[in-house]
This record gives sequence, structure tokens and C-alpha cells, in this order.
Amino acid sequence: MQQKQRLTRSTAYFIPYTLWIVLFVIAPVLLLIYQSFFNIDGQFTFANYQTYFASSTYLMMTVNSVWYAFLITLATLLISYPTAYLLNETKHPQLWLLLIIMPTWINLLLKAYAFIGIFSQAGIANQFLSFIGIGPKQLLFTNFSFIFVAAYIQIPFMVLPIYNSISELKPSYVNASRDLGATNWQTFSRVIFPLTLPGVKAGIQAVFIPSLSLFMLTRLIGGNKVITLGTAIEEHFLTTMNWGMGSTIGVVLIIAMVIIMWLTSGRQPRKGLTK
Amino acid sequence: MAVNAQPIIRLTNVCKSYGDHQILKNINLELEAGKFYTLLGPSGCGKTTILRTIAGFTDATSGQVEFDGQVINTLPANQRQLNTVFQDYALFPHLTVAENVAFGLKLQKVAKTEINQRVQEALALVQLADFGDREISEISGGQQQRVAIARALVMRPKVLLLDEPLSALDAKLRKDMQYELRDLQQRLGITFLFVTHDQEEALAMSDEIFVMNSGEILQGGTPVDIYDEPINHFVANFIGESNIIPGQMKQDYEVEFVGKRFECADAGMRPNEDVEVVLRPEDLDIVAADQGKLVVTVDSQLFRGNYFEIVAFDADQNEWLVHSTNPADEGTPIGLTFDPQDIHVMRLHESEAAFDARLEQYEDD
Repeated sequence: MQQKQRLTRSTAYFIPYTLWIVLFVIAPVLLLIYQSFFNIDGQFTFANYQTYFASSTYLMMTVNSVWYAFLITLATLLISYPTAYLLNETKHPQLWLLLIIMPTWINLLLKAYAFIGIFSQAGIANQFLSFIGIGPKQLLFTNFSFIFVAAYIQIPFMVLPIYNSISELKPSYVNASRDLGATNWQTFSRVIFPLTLPGVKAGIQAVFIPSLSLFMLTRLIGGNKVITLGTAIEEHFLTTMNWGMGSTIGVVLIIAMVIIMWLTSGRQPRKGLTK
Repeated sequence: MAVNAQPIIRLTNVCKSYGDHQILKNINLELEAGKFYTLLGPSGCGKTTILRTIAGFTDATSGQVEFDGQVINTLPANQRQLNTVFQDYALFPHLTVAENVAFGLKLQKVAKTEINQRVQEALALVQLADFGDREISEISGGQQQRVAIARALVMRPKVLLLDEPLSALDAKLRKDMQYELRDLQQRLGITFLFVTHDQEEALAMSDEIFVMNSGEILQGGTPVDIYDEPINHFVANFIGESNIIPGQMKQDYEVEFVGKRFECADAGMRPNEDVEVVLRPEDLDIVAADQGKLVVTVDSQLFRGNYFEIVAFDADQNEWLVHSTNPADEGTPIGLTFDPQDIHVMRLHESEAAFDARLEQYEDD
């Protein structure tokens, strides 16, 4: 009797979350899938998917999206791993972590506009290039600036999980590795990196998936030279009003994300990796 | 003793400090090859720091660390021919048992067939021959302990450093491992340097013990020497249980305590020098009150299984701990007797060198 009561009460705690998930995750996804089977005139059709997979434009966009998301993730990882590593060596890692996280409190749009200023012809970046005698150069609306700004925005989301896994490493692992004759590099590649891989995977998930559907930055910083699936979805919903086609691209993106999630978390590392 | 008894490890005037905090104060230490040594002391006494200095995980602030005649102060840890068994074992959780043991050999680029063979041998040595494919998380603490030992021994080190490796095991397993470690050391003939805060462990396993406190080695010697002839109050108290009573040395072989003079085996002090007298609880025998050399009143007693632990007080209110096979009546006076050689007299501030010299001089009398 009492147990049953407790059970109903603990179920009750899940109601707000379940409601939220149903209303704002499951329902929209179902709507999206439903919508993707209708053409612009409201008739049921598979044509959207046919168009998507037959058109070289959409396939190119897919390849582009994946490629740029990959580049952004790679750049973020290359910067974040050493950062997280050094962070762990500092005396006050929590303070430095706070400084790294702080930019995420600022609206994405504001940061994008700030970079327009920095990268513009008369911006501070070009002033510096002129000063050292190799500028001014066209910085804004280039692939470089797009990747640069995207990586800048994503770095905190990569540093955090990697830092967590590094800080959980027992120092005796490093000593044991050296004790057994490993050089610093061997210790890193055979002990530290494999043991922090869960953090790296979590970071990749946190960066790669959002990077697939970036559209604001492609426009503001990339100058729409890079057309990703995110841009295409925005165009279909807001400009051409072809919601069916927009939904189809959305569904394809969701499937791509599920695949990435499965790839990066499917082969779970062995139990008890950290403390 | 062999003529070419060059120590395998020698520390000369090793000091270590962090800022103003001195962790090691002028440590001098010599280890002969093939013996089982123990650094014994309470936590924070610097014993692990000595181990880390020898392993190369930390640098001495000053002084010299020698290995097999070579100064190794600046040699990185990965180039030292010794291996460590860590307190938390530090087994790599992403590798299997066999991969953990093979770790060091792979780095040395040893041929695959030889690696497999040596890993199997090492695992057999610690009785884990069939555990090679297990994950570290799948085996018990005692088995992890053995893997850690196998991983170090497979490297064929000249010296094995063991940092409180038994402290995480339960009492029964701990005892078994004491026998096994001692047995392993004697079979392999490798020098073991074992760090512990457990005096029973140290007494049971070691050829030689170094007792440490607050960054200093107070006394080095065989377990029997240290138990029978502790140099000072700290050592007497730390190793085994003791009655430590203030007294006065009247002349050679005669000491006064609790208002009485007793014949003893110690000499070489000044006449009427203030000293401390050590009597081990198991050396005291209970007799009728009128027959005792000392008369004490029983305060309390505990049954410890193979003996009764009796706490009693003498007329000067000194506490006496007595181990007896027979119970005593609380509140009643009893007599205590002991032999002259059961009395050990300690000078109040004697250096280890002076202590050893004095012992040497009067031992043969």
C-alpha cells in the first residue's frame, strides 16, 4: 500500500519532464516527419525525398555541411584538448574554466556581429595585418573566418567534457607509465589519451551535431558562400515557403545526428575508466 | 660479508622541502642487493617521499641518490632500472590484465613471442595464470594487487619499490600477501624496498627496517634489534607495545625506577643520568604481591584471545601494560617480575651513531 503510494509519487515527479519532452521534442519531430510527406500544394507525396536524393544540389549541400562540421569540430578539438590539459595543470582551474565558459553567456548573434566588426576591412584584425605589413586582406565572408568563428563559439562545449575526463585521471597512472619506461609522448598516446577518450567523444557530440545545422554564421560570417543544410532549411521555411522540402532536409539532418550519436557512443569504452 | 658489497641504492644527505616545509631532513640510507627493506613510520613522516625520490617521481632538494654506483639524481623515471608497485595499484583500466603486464615490455620493443612468454611467467608467479584476458574492473582488489606486482616484476628490475601496497586489503588477505611477498622476494633475489605504517607488517617481512618520524630516519636495523633495543621513546612506542618509565642510571648495569634499583644489561651512561626504561608487556610475569619486584594495582583488563591485556598502576601512578595468560582481579595488588635482560634503558637524546657505538662497546661484556 505504502509502496504503491511512493511509486505513484515518484511517477508524478516525471510528469513535468515528460510533458516537456512530448510537447517540445516528440511532437515537433513527428510534425516534421508528417510535413515532409507533403508538397508545396499540400498533397501527400514522396517527391521531397526523391528530390533530395536525386538532386546534386542537395547532396552537395549535405557533403558541405558534413565537411564543414568536421573541420569545425577538428579545429575545436585541436584547440580544446591542449587547453583542457593545461587547465588541469594550473593552480586555479575552476577560475580559468569560468573564463572559458563566460562567452557562452553572450548571445550568439551578438558574438557574430562583434566578429563582423573585428574581421571587417577597417577592423582590428586588418589593422594588425597592415601593421605587420601583410594587409589589409579580405577576412570577412571567407571559409576561414566561418570556421574560425564557429570554432570560437564551440570551444567551451569541447573544453568542458575533456577537462572533466582529464581531471579525473589518477596522477599515479602517469607515474606508473613512466615507471614502466614510457616517454612523455608514449605516456600521452598510450595512457592519457585513451583514458580521456570518453570526454573527447562527448565533446565531439556536443560540437559536431550543432555544427551540422549552423545557418546564422554561414550568412553573417561566411557570407552565404558556404551553403549548408541549415541555410537550406531556413530558405525553405522563410523564403520559398516550401515547408515540405524544409522538413525533409530536417528529417535527413535528424537521421544524420542519430547516426553520429550512435557512432560516438555505441562502442562504449570499458567500465571503470576513471576514479 | 662479501668484499664487493656495493650498495644497490645509496642516499647521501638527501633533503627535500616544499617552501619552508622540510619533508626529508638529511637522509642517509644504504640498501644491499637482494634484501627486503622496509621504511616504517606514521603517515606524513616522509617515507613515501623517499620512495618517490628513488623512483624519480620527485627530485631531492639536495643530496645524492645513487643506483648501482651511478648518481641518478637527474635520470628521468622512465630510464631507471627499478619499478614501483603503487598504493592504488595504478593499473590501466583501458587494458586487460595481460596488456597491463605487457605494457613496459611493448615499450622496450621486445619480440611478441617473448612478451607473451614473459607475461605468462609473471602472471603465473603471482598465481593469476588464467586471468590474462580479464578486464581490470572484473578482478578483485587482491587480484589487482597481484597484477600490479606482476607488471613491475616482468620488467626484471634490480629493485622493486612497494608503496603501502597492502593497505587496501582486508586483514586476512593482507597476511597471505605478507607471506607471498616475502616468499617472492627470497625466490627472485630482487631488492625490495617496502613502505608501510604497519609495524607488524614491517617486523614480519623485513630483513632490515628503517624507522622514520618527521622526515628523519631514527633507527635502522633488523626487526629483532629494533624490537629489543629501540633507540628512543618514539621507536619503543611505535614498534610493538611498551611500558616506558622514567628512571635514573645509577652506574653501569644498575638502573633505578619507581624508587627501586634493578640490575640491567645496559651501560655506558653517566652516573645518575636521567633515562627512560622500556619493559615489554610480554616480558612481565605476574606473581603474588609480596614476591614481585614491583607491586602494581590492577585497573582493568581485556581478553585478547591468546592473552589477557592487563592495565595496572604502580605507587608513582605509572601505567603498566601486562600481557598474561591468566586473568587478574581488578582492584587487587599484584607483583611483577622480570629478568635483568628484559630491561632496556634509553638515553634521552642519543644519536643513532652514538647508540650503535655504545651498544657495540658493551655488548660483549
